[in-house]
Amino acid sequence: MTAIGRAVRAFGLFWWDFLVGDTPELALATGAIVGLAFLLAGQRVVGAILLPVVAAGFLFVSTYRGRRRAPRA
Amino acid sequence: MPRTLPPVFRVGRCRVPPVVSVGEMHTSSTLILVVAVFAASLVEMVEALTIVVAAGVSRGWRPALEGAAAAIVVLGVLVLAVGVPLIRYIPLDALRVVVGALLLVLGLSWLRKAILRASGHKDPHDEDKIFAATVAELSAEDAAAQSTAVAVAAQSPAQSSAQSSAPAQTNKHDGIGFAVAFKGVFLEGTEVVLIVVSLGAAQHRLGLAAAAAAAAAVLVAVIGLVVARQLSEVPENTIKTVVGVMLTSFGVFWVGEGAGVHWPGSDLAIPVLVGFFVAVFFAFTAYMRTQLPASIGTTAATGATTTTATGTTAP
Repeated sequence: MTAIGRAVRAFGLFWWDFLVGDTPELALATGAIVGLAFLLAGQRVVGAILLPVVAAGFLFVSTYRGRRRAPRA
Repeated sequence: MPRTLPPVFRVGRCRVPPVVSVGEMHTSSTLILVVAVFAASLVEMVEALTIVVAAGVSRGWRPALEGAAAAIVVLGVLVLAVGVPLIRYIPLDALRVVVGALLLVLGLSWLRKAILRASGHKDPHDEDKIFAATVAELSAEDAAAQSTAVAVAAQSPAQSSAQSSAPAQTNKHDGIGFAVAFKGVFLEGTEVVLIVVSLGAAQHRLGLAAAAAAAAAVLVAVIGLVVARQLSEVPENTIKTVVGVMLTSFGVFWVGEGAGVHWPGSDLAIPVLVGFFVAVFFAFTAYMRTQLPASIGTTAATGATTTTATGTTAP
């Protein structure tokens, strides 16, 4: 692999780790919220309520996934 | 009469329609922008300072400070190189969706960590531990270099006098000290650059965002120089919680705004979103505390420290 190839790979890995890392569900959440926002374009109350609620839902799932578990006997 | 955006925002291939006038920019969103950028910069710079002080103590202050200064210059260039083209050439709505998505990823991630730390599922960030680990690592490298030099001198006594003057030179132009300080400041600062560029570009207030970040960096640097040690007393987890709430609120707002969702009250929806995510933080933290395994819960109850609602440790 050339020096440029290595640099591009390292750059890509840095951003992958920075934005996705060990919480891919949060990247998925962002995609879902963006998609939902476009679906709700033009809406007033529904969009204003649904977007933060969906964000909180994904946050809960991600936080629950990251909880400490009891060591297996 | 509301003033339209200055010409600098209307040049380039994609002419930005004057959809937002300066007069429409509410004080609340500007205040939240400044607080979010300042707090994010503060917390990241405290982490960077820990690494710089560790490099300074173990490898000499000159290379450590040079490395930190070089990283700050590179970060400043990054803000200009990325932020100005974003403001000039990207249509405002598209910019807000991209920026909002970026802020959401960062904000949700910070908020997740804050909840896990506050509820006892993750250890609080410990600057003392990071400082000790960095100093130990750098000292080990120093010891290895010295033992290599002794071995070389033993094999070739004629060169020993030349080798003996090496540590003094190493202290002046120490590549390791420079690299560690540069890397520490650059990596911690990258997140700040993203936040400055995102929030600054979305509100067309890049200068204000950069000034808030610079003010925090200067504050931390001055305090760090005065006390010449890492700032472990800074309530880092609390600040991270505040920043996480703000970034998530801005993220949801800009994604909706850019996609065409009409927020009731326009920019005034941002403080409402902040209040919502603060409530979410406390509710999730309370719930997650009930999910602690029994063994850890017992340890926390009988241990020397307990974690407060905002993630700080108390006796």
